[in-house]
Amino acid sequence: MRNFILRRCLQALAVLLVMSFVIYSLIGLMPGDPLDLMIQSNPGATPAVVARLREIYGLDQPIYLRYLHWLWSALQGDLGFSRTHSRPVLEVLAPALWTTCKLMLISFTIAVILSLVLGIWAALKPGGWVDGLVSLAAFAGISVPVFWLALMMILIFAVRLHWLPASGIANVGDGSFTDYVRHLVMPVTTLALANTGGFTRFVRASMIETLRMDHIRTARAKGNDESRVVLIHALRNALIPVVTVMALSFGTLFSGALLTETMFAQPGMGKMIYDSILANDFNLALSGLLFATLVTLLSNLVADIAYGWLDPRITL
Amino acid sequence: MRPDAAIGVWTLRWRRFRKHRSGMASLVILAALVIFVLAAFPLQQILGIDPDTTDLFARFDPPSPGHYLGMDEAGRDVLLRLMVGGQISLLVGLLATLVGGVIGIIIGITAGYFGGRLDGILMRFTDGMIALPLLPLLIVLGAVDLTKLGFSSDFAHSGAAGFWRIVIIIAIVDWTAIARLVRAATLQIRERDYVRAARAAGASAGYMMRAHILPNIATPIIVSFTLTVGRVILFESVLSFLGFGVVPPTPSWGNMLNNAQELVTTAPMLAVWPGLLIFVTVIAVNFLGDGLQHAFDPRSER
Amino acid sequence: MTELLGIDHLNVHFPVKGGRTVRAVQDVTFSIEAGETLALVGESGSGKSTLGYTVAGLQTPTSGTLRFQGTRLTQTTWPAARRSIQIIFQDPFGALDPRMPVSDIIAEPLLIQRIGTPATRRARAAELVEQVGLPRDALNRYPHEFSGGQRQRIAIARALSSEPSLIVADEPLSALDVSIQSQILNLMKEIQETSRLSYLFISHDLAVVNHLVDRVAVLYLGRLVEVAPREALFTRPAHPYTKALLDAVPRIGHARKRGAGTIKGEMPSPLNPPPGCVFHTRCPKAQAICGSEIPALEEFTAGHEAACHFKEV
Repeated sequence: MRNFILRRCLQALAVLLVMSFVIYSLIGLMPGDPLDLMIQSNPGATPAVVARLREIYGLDQPIYLRYLHWLWSALQGDLGFSRTHSRPVLEVLAPALWTTCKLMLISFTIAVILSLVLGIWAALKPGGWVDGLVSLAAFAGISVPVFWLALMMILIFAVRLHWLPASGIANVGDGSFTDYVRHLVMPVTTLALANTGGFTRFVRASMIETLRMDHIRTARAKGNDESRVVLIHALRNALIPVVTVMALSFGTLFSGALLTETMFAQPGMGKMIYDSILANDFNLALSGLLFATLVTLLSNLVADIAYGWLDPRITL
Repeated sequence: MRPDAAIGVWTLRWRRFRKHRSGMASLVILAALVIFVLAAFPLQQILGIDPDTTDLFARFDPPSPGHYLGMDEAGRDVLLRLMVGGQISLLVGLLATLVGGVIGIIIGITAGYFGGRLDGILMRFTDGMIALPLLPLLIVLGAVDLTKLGFSSDFAHSGAAGFWRIVIIIAIVDWTAIARLVRAATLQIRERDYVRAARAAGASAGYMMRAHILPNIATPIIVSFTLTVGRVILFESVLSFLGFGVVPPTPSWGNMLNNAQELVTTAPMLAVWPGLLIFVTVIAVNFLGDGLQHAFDPRSER
Repeated sequence: MTELLGIDHLNVHFPVKGGRTVRAVQDVTFSIEAGETLALVGESGSGKSTLGYTVAGLQTPTSGTLRFQGTRLTQTTWPAARRSIQIIFQDPFGALDPRMPVSDIIAEPLLIQRIGTPATRRARAAELVEQVGLPRDALNRYPHEFSGGQRQRIAIARALSSEPSLIVADEPLSALDVSIQSQILNLMKEIQETSRLSYLFISHDLAVVNHLVDRVAVLYLGRLVEVAPREALFTRPAHPYTKALLDAVPRIGHARKRGAGTIKGEMPSPLNPPPGCVFHTRCPKAQAICGSEIPALEEFTAGHEAACHFKEV
């Protein structure tokens, strides 16, 4: 087991390293470079000055040297300076991370609870009308474009009904808890709904399979009452794959968070990455993307370990 | 009468599929959608309108005879743009799935057939790919400046480049599901005696994959392709919506929503239609995949 | 008589988890004459299928040589030999690609070897379908429409298509109903008479072997313990293991022996074969020497070889 964890950690580290190079190169391929922007604000710069600046900033060097240089600073905790925020990247990253974590955690919890209830309910009678409705709803959840769902919610609840604020995290001058919650309702609902569909289908499939297994039949035959069979015997087994899939869905969850934050103007990681790419804020975009990758890799690691821990049949 | 089993198998599957109500319904809906987007051609002729011509005096005109869904923020016919945009969105969905599918099949079949160290490397690569948050990666790929890759500025800013760029970038991130599926299926098939017999007769790896492995793993691939099309259409809409996909004036269901957030108060229907069409398409595609899975699964005989 | 296939000091080892090695075939030497049928008999796990796969070119030997029609088989000479060595498998359901029509299945070796044109290949398939006793309309049908026996006929037709001189038959009867077995056996016999080919007939059952073969080779734990003409082997078995196998065969007129002659226990794992004679752990005649010295496979009368320190001559 310890070997397994160690190996997976090393693997994750390798993936992170490769990804950091890939993303670094890709960012370099985005329009403009840091110097263009500097030249724009200094129209008097002569070609000689530009060349000198290129040298100072190391832009005349091949990409892998620049990458190694960046990596070396990054490992020492220096992620560079955010151009748009005029602050070190870490200072911008930290509060954004907190906003995103909050949004994702609440939505994830809601999605899990909702999908467990719906999935189990549907699995009790496969092919029944509950199952049909739940399946339809789950497919709808998988198929709806997240940003459009957000748009429709804004259209209905903010524009038409005036029930909820369309964007931001709080009204200016109003620091009350209710105001804060009101701003969270739509982003959280959108993100939760976007993930419930997939989870529900998985819970349902896993439950149906488990309920068909012999030890469940035995538990029924012994005269256990049905709710006990379902909740105690079946659920425990059905949850093993479900937990893994949910932990593995972090990447999807993050992609959803990016959209939700952008649509509802939540100052989180997703919106920060999006804005920094639009604004050519290279350092911030790079660090944001790598951070998202790192957290995704970590959550996958946790999923792997949890799987081995929950399922004794797997020897690691 | 000559008994022909090739038809027999497919007849059987068709019968099973027909009993799958939601699958059948989605097939009808998809057919209707295809007819809808193709109707752009005759509609253009009959009404004498063009999807790209702007008319600043007709901005936000309400529905009228000749413009059944009214005009958009640039005074273009909304219905016609929905049809033409649908062609683009569906085409991107199919092409990106196809290209990604080919990548996935090649990687999966190679890993599964040759096994060993090559399998290890390819599958670690695939796992790494699956672990990534796709949307941010797609955005970065969408933001890449093609002139820095050596393409001419004219090409980089052309509509064709925008179209192919999105096909390619979706394809290079969305092949992992098919690769894993193909690998698992290949591992099973390559141990069959008919594959051994061909190997004993001196067949090359290429022959084996073409003649024995691919035909025998075709059904799960078809199902997986179907589900991928749905996902790709969603990706296209998101990227185009964020401004990294199909570039205006070429319409797509995604980029028609570009300005929707600002317009949601003035012209809400402009935000409703494209999204609704994406939603209906993707849900129909997903139900179709579900139906196909049911039809292809011999255990689902009831 | 001319040698068709010669095998010298063949070893096939597989690495398995934990750095250990399965010694599936150990130091095996034998030959098959042109037109001859040699049976390779052994329990499951004796390495007989591995040996068959090696002959069919499906398994690379760890060491040792194979000669075919006088040519040593190497990386460069194998491809040409492949059309002359074909294989029939045990399970007729897994042996035929369910997505191929029978005509394509039968003609496949020709296609792979690039022999003839599509038209001549189709003609050859039609010819073979009749030769193996299937209705002509079988050509356009698919494997799942046939019974086990018919499928095995299709597999035989495929093996015959490139006019091989050796067919490796890996337990071709054991998955079939008893009533079908004799039909397939007769078909194989008939084919041999018309085509004058050789069989390496792999079986765990000595009774089946009796009807078809010229010589028998007995394999135990990867090693050949006895090779003899059929008559000699059935009447005068020299190795205690062969004897035990024969005693286990129910025959009319012979009461099944119990006690002294029968072997006890299980075959040891090929991961960890016993030292000395591989059979000594179960042998009723085992002495001290058997646990330390490997008995050589030696010819003691014409054509009769056995590997035992105390063989009955």
